[in-house]
Amino acid sequence: MMKKLIIGLFALLPSLTMAAGPSVPLLEANHDLTDKASLQRGAKTFMNYCLGCHQMQYQRYERTFRDIGIPTKVGEEQLIFDGSKVGSHILNAIEQDDAAKWFGAAPPDLTLVARVRGADWIYTYLKSFYVDESRPFGVNNTVFPSVGMPHVLQELQGVPTARFEEVEEHGVKVKKVVEITTDGSGEMSDDEYDQAVRDLTNFLAYVGEPTRLQSEAIGYKVLGFLVILFILAFLLKKEYWRDVH
Amino acid sequence: MFANIIDWIDQRIPMTRVWNMHIAQYPAPKNFNFWYFFGSLAMLVLVNQIVTGIWLTMNYVPSAEGAFASVEYIMRDVEYGWLLRYLHSTGASAFFVVVYLHMFRGMIYGSYQKPRELLWLFGMFIFLALMAEAFMGYLLPWGQMSFWGAQVIISLFGAIPVIGEDLTQWIRGDYVISGATLNRFFALHVIALPLVLVILIFLHIIALHEVGSNNPDGVEIKRKKGTVAEEDKAKFKFHEYYTDKKDIVDAIPFHPYYTVKDIVGVVGFLILFCWVVFFAPEMGGFFLEAPNFEAANPLKTPEHIFPVWYFTPFYAILRAIPDKLLGVIAMGASIVVLALLPWIDRGKVKSIRYRCGFHKLNIAQFVVTFIILGWVGATPQTDFKTVLSQITTVTYFMFFVLLFFYSKNEKTKPVPERLTK
Repeated sequence: MMKKLIIGLFALLPSLTMAAGPSVPLLEANHDLTDKASLQRGAKTFMNYCLGCHQMQYQRYERTFRDIGIPTKVGEEQLIFDGSKVGSHILNAIEQDDAAKWFGAAPPDLTLVARVRGADWIYTYLKSFYVDESRPFGVNNTVFPSVGMPHVLQELQGVPTARFEEVEEHGVKVKKVVEITTDGSGEMSDDEYDQAVRDLTNFLAYVGEPTRLQSEAIGYKVLGFLVILFILAFLLKKEYWRDVH
Repeated sequence: MFANIIDWIDQRIPMTRVWNMHIAQYPAPKNFNFWYFFGSLAMLVLVNQIVTGIWLTMNYVPSAEGAFASVEYIMRDVEYGWLLRYLHSTGASAFFVVVYLHMFRGMIYGSYQKPRELLWLFGMFIFLALMAEAFMGYLLPWGQMSFWGAQVIISLFGAIPVIGEDLTQWIRGDYVISGATLNRFFALHVIALPLVLVILIFLHIIALHEVGSNNPDGVEIKRKKGTVAEEDKAKFKFHEYYTDKKDIVDAIPFHPYYTVKDIVGVVGFLILFCWVVFFAPEMGGFFLEAPNFEAANPLKTPEHIFPVWYFTPFYAILRAIPDKLLGVIAMGASIVVLALLPWIDRGKVKSIRYRCGFHKLNIAQFVVTFIILGWVGATPQTDFKTVLSQITTVTYFMFFVLLFFYSKNEKTKPVPERLTK
């Protein structure tokens, strides 16, 4: 309870420091780092849909498999597509300069994206593509306007269409996306797509800080030890200070 | 056997004498309260920074090409590297937390007043060295905020007339922040400034032990020789170095009384510190800023550039003034004026307990001012906040101006003859 409260309070702080973000309110990712099945599904989605353009140049396959509970052999066979050694970093073959020409900007490395943007941002971003014929790839994004990335997950989600409404902002009328709906042509239902995106977000959050769970597990032990030590130290002090008072 | 070994050493170096003079028979006032934990805590954090720093250095690569990747290598591939890094990054912020509280203690109990002016000045030099150390350390991860924060701060020197531009180039070692800057900051961060810090801290403690600690009552425990009746003298054995020159009242030996007490403070501090290290090392973006998880990119300016939280009060003063040069001067003055406290405060009474009500109000407004400045400096500017930072810049300096005037003929409460507890 206390921990939640404290975390909640500190969670409010960044809203003060990083006030300027996307103009749309972010959805809550509600991801769970302890859910290994979710992390494994997220890894599968990443390797199949993202890795073609986005690398994880600081993260290694083997470590990833170990942490999210995939046997090395299985991982090697089913999640390494380019014949890399299991101990190597998660890289692709795209040339940064070429990619910059194709997409307007080189696709960023995703190792730390969850720590730069936050999990909620990723989750919302992946649910915020909509058809916009004026863009080179035919889609735009409400969280990241004029994004250079095509809607890679469209075959899962279906074709997303935005409904606009005129709203007044600072005295100027602007068209704003109020709802995004799909045409049902995707492989997944809306709920399934949400879950797939949540799994992918979960996986990216894990890769951002692969030691998070280990850190907390050690942390409880350390704090428990310190609390006991504090009591003993306090009693020791009291005993000594009897001569003073 | 053991005594023989001690004897053997004592004939060669003054081990026992130094131990007794500075620890076991060092007279400390018996009424230290909560505020007196932060000196020993600062030492603890210093040791943490040095030890974790040495181990980080073993795997860190000080080059523009390799720095960011080597930090992630430490976070992922080095055994417990993540722990070393979080201990070091959290330690940096913790250092400023304890140092600010330590300085505030000095302000409320008048610990800078005669005869402790030099002690205070050494402390201010430590604060300056610490700021330089932290600033240079922050460049090393070579993230976006490292790069652009350094860019902004170093460019401040450019505001100095005539030599400004050349000076910034001299600091950077290049026309822009580059690998050359990173390399020299690394050298200064891991060797030069830690050495300076350790020397200054040594001098700080020598100065402290010469004049003795102040205390929450601001009443001296060392009295003129021969003025204290035998039954009033403190009933402990103190080193002749102190008792030969003075009669000592209301004191206890530092060891074991304050060593066991400081252990309580240390463990209490560690509970908070470890909570941050293990559960919230980013501390909501205050200890580790989100943009810094992106490698430095000289072609991409972050939306907002802020220094880390411990610099933001001074940064807010800089931003409050529209003219760049005047802003830099004001920022410098805001630190210099702190160093001059012993001469600005002309009061004879040290502790806030016995000073006038107006002094208490003045200190309270100074605290509020400092917090507001810190908040404004850490958040994007708005018209409201610009005005707010200008008001608080005035109230920041007003603290010292008012203090200078009312302390001359201050109406104080009677100061007790002896410590009250």
